[in-house]
Amino acid sequence: MDAAIEVTDLHKTYRGRRVGEVRAVDGVSFRVEAGEFFGILGPNGAGKTTTLEIVEGLRRPDGGEVRLLGRSPWPHSPELSQRMGVQLQASSFFEFLTVREQIETFAELYGAGRDRAAEMLDQVGLSEKAGTRCEKLSGGQQQRLSIACALVGDPELVFLDEPTAALDPQARRNLWDLMRSINGEGRTVVLTTHYMEEAEALCDRVAIMDSGRILAVDSPAELIRGLDAPTRVTVAAGQLSEARVKELAEGGTATSDDEAVVFETRDPRTLLTALAADGALEGLAVRTANLEDVFLHVTGREWRE
Amino acid sequence: MSVEAPVREAAPVRRSRAFGSLVRALGISWVRDRSQVFFNLILPGMFLVLLASVYGSGETPTPHVLEVGDAPVLEQAEPGAFELDGAADLDAALEALEEGDADAAVVQDGDEVTVYYSQTNATNGTIALERLSGLVDDVNVAVLSEAAPDAPVLRLETDAAEDRSLEPVQYLAPGILAWGIAISGVFGAAGTLVDWKRDKLLRRLRLTPASAGTFVAARITVSLLVALLQTALFLAVAVAMGLELSAWTWFAVPLVLLGTAAFLAIGVVIGGIAKTGPGAAGLSNMVTMPMAFISGAFFPLAAAPQWVQWLSVVSPMRYLNDGLQAVIVRGESPVSVLPEVGVLALFAAAVAVFAWKTFKFDEL
Repeated sequence: MDAAIEVTDLHKTYRGRRVGEVRAVDGVSFRVEAGEFFGILGPNGAGKTTTLEIVEGLRRPDGGEVRLLGRSPWPHSPELSQRMGVQLQASSFFEFLTVREQIETFAELYGAGRDRAAEMLDQVGLSEKAGTRCEKLSGGQQQRLSIACALVGDPELVFLDEPTAALDPQARRNLWDLMRSINGEGRTVVLTTHYMEEAEALCDRVAIMDSGRILAVDSPAELIRGLDAPTRVTVAAGQLSEARVKELAEGGTATSDDEAVVFETRDPRTLLTALAADGALEGLAVRTANLEDVFLHVTGREWRE
Repeated sequence: MSVEAPVREAAPVRRSRAFGSLVRALGISWVRDRSQVFFNLILPGMFLVLLASVYGSGETPTPHVLEVGDAPVLEQAEPGAFELDGAADLDAALEALEEGDADAAVVQDGDEVTVYYSQTNATNGTIALERLSGLVDDVNVAVLSEAAPDAPVLRLETDAAEDRSLEPVQYLAPGILAWGIAISGVFGAAGTLVDWKRDKLLRRLRLTPASAGTFVAARITVSLLVALLQTALFLAVAVAMGLELSAWTWFAVPLVLLGTAAFLAIGVVIGGIAKTGPGAAGLSNMVTMPMAFISGAFFPLAAAPQWVQWLSVVSPMRYLNDGLQAVIVRGESPVSVLPEVGVLALFAAAVAVFAWKTFKFDEL
């Protein structure tokens, strides 16, 4: 399988008068296969955007190497730009243009026609808004248009930088479907996000990034499995005797307060069967480990969004 | 998962096509921005109309003269030289002078012509006095010539220096045009850069097959087109206000383009410093306002104190103003404005190099 992106030991340090030296990217390496949906997950300020900008060829790294479809993204080459589509964090539009004018301008920059522009508007569900000025669009619609502009050149490689940030949950889900379909068309997608569930839902593989470093790279399922974390089972308090709680907690732990009893077990099937037999399922909640726990595990600190 | 790499031509978009679509997109955004249209196209014309009316029409007023009793000498006056009215007696005439209702009163007693002229309205009074004394001289010369046709007489041709100097619309038009070009360039470039910092439009466009250079060229082209449109509209207003365009007026085109380049460069420096739109506007004002005052944009530089005239040497607006003045109003040939062209070109180049060296491209 060919690598769409190969990043080796990337370094980038910012020097500012007030902030001093900031190691935004500190030895980052990863590889994205052709056709893969690859996520870079990390809190704000982790270095995701800088990494992405270096990979795209917007910034020059202090050290390290990037191969994009087999060649260096720096300096800018029209041939490479033709094969990639980019959505930036800021909605980069020409002011005062309508949705149609916007996408058609981008289409011309990529050498695509008006048909392709119209097709893209249709794919992102903005055909009805074609005559609307871009600044009148909602946040979600602007992101859709931004993605349409990224796709209009029919790219092999698509970069999406936090497309769902600041969107309401419904708009976010809609965008997930769109991103899945982009990857479904065979395009390689690189997504940065600080939403755990987004990375879990969309990405084939995820790189967890913090403080300029990649701490773990794998599929979400493998990352979670690698944790070997217990499952947390919660039921409302008052349904089980103290002795029964102790009995059920065998091989795990149990903590209880006035509200609830929380079991941590590595054998959730047995525990849940026993709870069902006791008729003690009121207020039941089962929580398996997720990427948040993976983050906690690899960074040693709580996730903050 | 395995995907077959789609076969595609990686041929870069033809530069001219990208350039054309960028000019169109930027042009549409410009035209739809009402404040831009007002600021660049309408404001300079409004300034011209306003200032020209403040400074007056520049025409010598017709003095209002009262004929006390019967003054036959006035019959010899050229039509339109005076606005004539009769007065019942000298007292009434003097009272009218005092009130400022008339500029002069004339009493003729045989060969004796007495002129009373107004101090209340000194300028008009003096004009009336000059014209009346001229009239008396003309009448005398005519009488003497008739009596002695062979005797040579001196004839005085007067040509007021005033008429050689420029009327308000003549010196105001090039100055305000230069100011308009300056604010369009400085505010336009500074504002655009601040917008790009915010929207990351340039960053996005750098990732298209079109180069950033093509985009910057398209933006500059839009600015140059705006400057030409602004010039055409402004000159139309000026002509309506009585400005006569010289045959060399077309040379305003290269002057305006060069001036725009210089002011765009200044705007780029400001846009590099400013973080927000209001910040950029404030800094632009800080540069263009004093520049307008030291460059003779709103009043003739000759009327300004010496130190202002010295200071104006460093202002590109002055050279644009002088150049426009020369080719549009004075009808001087392009060769005579070559020094101005040279200074503007040098200035534009120097500021552009400075802007290029100091600009933080990372922020775009």
